Amino acid sequence: MFILKLAWKNLWRNRVRSAITMAAIFFAVLLSVLTSSLKNGIFDNLINNLVGLYSGYIQIHRKGYWDDQLLDNALQTSSSAEKKILSNRNVLHLSARLESFALASTGEITKGCKIIGINPFEENNITLLASKLIQGKYLKEKDNGILVAEGFLKRVRLHLNDTLILLGQGYHGSTAAGKYPIKGIVRFGLADLNNNVIYMPLLLAQDMYGAQNMATSYALSLSNAKELDITANELRRSLSETYEVMTWEEMMPDIKQHISSDTQSMLVVQTILYLLISFGIFGTLLMMMAERKYELGMLVAIGMKKARLAWLLLLESVMTVFLGCIAGIAASIPVVYYFNRYPIRITGDMAKAYEQFGFEAIFPTSLGLSNFISQGVIVLLIGLALSLYPVYTVWKLNPVEAMKK
Amino acid sequence: MKTVIDAHNISKVYNKDKIPVYAINNVHLHIELGEFTALVGPSGSGKTTLLNLIGGLDTPDAGKIEINGTDITALRSNELIDFRLKNIGFVFQSFNLIPVLTAEENVAFIMELQGMSKAERQNRIKTLFGQIGLEDKLNSRPSQLSGGQQQRVAVARALASKPQFVLADEPTANLDTASANKLMDIMALLNKEEQMTFIFSTHDPRVIERARRVITLVDGSIVSDTAQVNIYSTNGHEK
Ligand SMILES: Nc1ncnc2c1ncn2[C@@H]1O[C@H](COP(=O)(O)OP(=O)(O)OP(=O)(O)O)[C@@H](O)[C@H]1O
Ligand SMILES: [Mg+2]
Repeated sequence: MFILKLAWKNLWRNRVRSAITMAAIFFAVLLSVLTSSLKNGIFDNLINNLVGLYSGYIQIHRKGYWDDQLLDNALQTSSSAEKKILSNRNVLHLSARLESFALASTGEITKGCKIIGINPFEENNITLLASKLIQGKYLKEKDNGILVAEGFLKRVRLHLNDTLILLGQGYHGSTAAGKYPIKGIVRFGLADLNNNVIYMPLLLAQDMYGAQNMATSYALSLSNAKELDITANELRRSLSETYEVMTWEEMMPDIKQHISSDTQSMLVVQTILYLLISFGIFGTLLMMMAERKYELGMLVAIGMKKARLAWLLLLESVMTVFLGCIAGIAASIPVVYYFNRYPIRITGDMAKAYEQFGFEAIFPTSLGLSNFISQGVIVLLIGLALSLYPVYTVWKLNPVEAMKK
Repeated sequence: MKTVIDAHNISKVYNKDKIPVYAINNVHLHIELGEFTALVGPSGSGKTTLLNLIGGLDTPDAGKIEINGTDITALRSNELIDFRLKNIGFVFQSFNLIPVLTAEENVAFIMELQGMSKAERQNRIKTLFGQIGLEDKLNSRPSQLSGGQQQRVAVARALASKPQFVLADEPTANLDTASANKLMDIMALLNKEEQMTFIFSTHDPRVIERARRVITLVDGSIVSDTAQVNIYSTNGHEK
């Protein structure tokens, strides 16, 4: 207890030095919390846009569908399989989809498009499709109308309430065709979607393609996106071999790649940052130990055990680091909140690239607690590692030598 | 009389590989309880070395040092530190105190290292600060005390843990005459009141004449060892 008190007092014996050390730690923590929360925020945003609002975190297909995306590889919808999937504790919603291609014709213009048959209510739970509606009405389960993406509608020069003729190849080679009124118009950020997609109720799509009770995929949303792989594995174990369970990372490996390479470059930046402050702290430790050499020798001479003295110095370093760290975290909280509310907006080529991916070029920060805690822990560990130097010095200390002037 | 220090044939050699320097050369030293002994000799004669050896701060290259029957040359370094804490009080020439602690805390500190209870500590501090005449400086930092006052606090600290003896290496070297006299008065008083054994090195003739025994070192050997009558009363110096 008195060691703790002494450590605290020693902390303030050279105020300028302590202040400099703490300031270095403060800025390192602040910067590093900001970079990490920005990085995580950007990726969360990206995943939300791309994965959450489009593919779903996990998809379940009939085995082989993903490699050969044909209607003939569709699965038979089964309420027992759906129940099994929904019984997983991390699965929030499930939506069956029937996706295929068709030619859309107005009489004068014919364009290829992607048809997605959906359960309107369940799909909206996952991808918030209704929020993309810019004109008309959202679909109902038994509607016989369609939702057309804004870009596609422009390509075929039609308007709300016009009728579109769809032609395609149905299940097992049958002919799929029908005339469908345009009930609503949806807009997507992702150009690929916006220019090509038509939504219709699942029943209507099954009917058109002659694929009763069939779906090409089940899209799932999760309550905890971090447990992606765990959940996928659990589903693989609970479902029969005829299904394939795929995470978004498996379906879109290039996005996954982008995130992990960005994460790595961020790590490099953070490592440099931490190396810099490590040298700074080490410098002040060297100075401090040189200055206190006589005093430390004197303490050992009068009978202070080296282990206790080492503990004292360890406490001093940990306190310094801890104070700087707490201050840095405290200061980063409002900044992180600010940039979460008012995200950084990028412009220029970068922005275009992001828009091509289909989402706004904004960089919000992540409010995740782990951003704060992990940086705090890293700095604390650095502090502990550096305080091995004073501990080592004390271990080697010879009081007679140390007290020689 | 009870023997506190019994050193036989101790030697300390520096520079062994080149031209060896016998800082202490085959010295015998016998110190009994209650002594008030000065260690004198020219600069480089080995006073500090000898004090370091009998204080367990340094180990001899030859010989044996027994303190109260314990052979300290046989102790391992950690045991030796503990031995010093419990048995030997130290007063150094200067910078004895921890600058961030008050006078009281500096003295309490060593008692805390010893694991003394709070009540015991408070009692002891009261007695000691009375004896060193600094009851009003309990809460002063070392930087707020004069050099003489700092040395007095160092003496209080040396006695705090009730050691077997106190070693003081030139305790008055940095003090003016009045402060040096005051410090010697206090050491003499503690020697009398607490039966505390003091061994101090010095160059100062006025300090030497306070001792009851004077050991003279030259080139690492004891050349004379004489008893002398202390001409001072225990409560103060010459009127
Ligand atoms: N670490 C060391 N390495 C080499 N020689 C040393 C060392 N310490 C002391 N000596 C030598 O040992 C001898 C005795 O030194 P010591 O410090 O004990 O003398 P002293 O009597 O205390 O002198 P002073 O009155 O100046 O304090 C000297 O010749 C000194 O140079
Ligand atoms: Mg000396």
